[in-house]
Amino acid sequence: MPLISLTDIHKSYGQNEVLKGITLDIEPGEVIALIGKSGSGKSTLLRCINGLETYQQGSIRVAGTSVLESAGQLRLLRQKVGMIFQQFNLFPHLSVGRNVMLAPMVVKKTGKAEAEALAKEMLTRVGLGQKFDAYPGQLSGGQQQRVAIARALAMQPLALLCDEITSALDPELVNEVLAVVRDLAAQGMTLVMVTHEMRFAREVCHRLVFMHQGRIHESGPPEQVFTAPQTPELRQFIGQRDAA
Amino acid sequence: MGFTTWDILRGLLLATRWTLALSAGAFVGGVLAGLIVLVLRVQPHRRLAWVARIYIEIFQSTPLLMQLFLAFFTPALFGIDVPAWAAAWVALSLWTGAFLAEIWRGSVEAVPAGQWEAGGSLGMSYLEQLRHIILPQALRIAAAPSLGFMVQVIKGTALTSIIGFVELEKAGTAITNATFHPFTVYGLVALIYFCLCYPVALCRGWLERRLNAAHLAH
Repeated sequence: MPLISLTDIHKSYGQNEVLKGITLDIEPGEVIALIGKSGSGKSTLLRCINGLETYQQGSIRVAGTSVLESAGQLRLLRQKVGMIFQQFNLFPHLSVGRNVMLAPMVVKKTGKAEAEALAKEMLTRVGLGQKFDAYPGQLSGGQQQRVAIARALAMQPLALLCDEITSALDPELVNEVLAVVRDLAAQGMTLVMVTHEMRFAREVCHRLVFMHQGRIHESGPPEQVFTAPQTPELRQFIGQRDAA
Repeated sequence: MGFTTWDILRGLLLATRWTLALSAGAFVGGVLAGLIVLVLRVQPHRRLAWVARIYIEIFQSTPLLMQLFLAFFTPALFGIDVPAWAAAWVALSLWTGAFLAEIWRGSVEAVPAGQWEAGGSLGMSYLEQLRHIILPQALRIAAAPSLGFMVQVIKGTALTSIIGFVELEKAGTAITNATFHPFTVYGLVALIYFCLCYPVALCRGWLERRLNAAHLAH
């Protein structure tokens, strides 16, 4: 049974239809990248999966829970699906440790000692165990993004959504974040990412989904997508990437 | 019988206690009213937000003096006798609340939308996000302008003299009538208001620099 199941999703901003019938099943443990030009709807689709965007038609189910049912259902669903943002969105007024501890304590009512142990474990997992008492502003962009990953992991989600998580980073900081994502993939975490890191997507993902003008234009294993693109749009997209 | 400057000053300082008490009371009441209106204003239900908005517009768009009159004379229509201090306190609190709610709404909206999204994505409810993520950051932004508004509250208490509350301004008028030294008396009244307000303004500046510096380090 798929972990995340999207059926015929339509979304418009006023007259502008940005998603025109997306159907996509994602299996547990699968690592998927949504690729395509900016404006093709990939970030919007990702944000629909955990209810940050609403949609007008279709259905999204995550581990049996429907996204748009009620506010309570949505909160339950969000505990199963973590999200990492382009701009990190760490809480600047809280220490790194507190950033990670907050949601387990508030949402899951985990005790303070237990949450602290959990936060230390998650920060160690992203290589930042020693930064527990630092504040986000004292960290590099790459470190902040790793804290954001630890914060999402502390809720023990079934899947992680990654929205262009290396796009705001200086080039030399990209790899430390990708290394963490690679580890997660190797450990069997379900990952859905929007990314412009084509080489990384090719190495790590099980499946690439190419979006074009609000539709899934083509999808398949990375090798097939890169070496034998079926449509001129994908061919052009990959060609541009190679040239760049 | 002559009045010495010291006699005048003593009379004014005694009345200053009431200016201080009313200012503090109005600020506390205003903070409570402001918090309630703020939550109504920023929560997602449109109708409740409109109620808050109408409240804010009414109190910001009418003179404080009218509000004081209405607070004092309206209960009398229903046969309820309200003491001047109570009417003054209620009117000033509601007025302060309307301004603080707007200052704070601006502060809440100054917190980037990504902070709400991060909290929501972790499964936190609206009120949990507000309490643990948004308000702590908004408070830092709001602290200096809120304290700055305190100066307006202190000066606003002068208007309550008109409904018969004996604070600094009213005492000044009474003493002038007895001494026929309006320049001395009102000069001292102005000086006392200045001594009350200027330290608050200094605090505001200090707070602004301190919180800004802390913000840069983040």
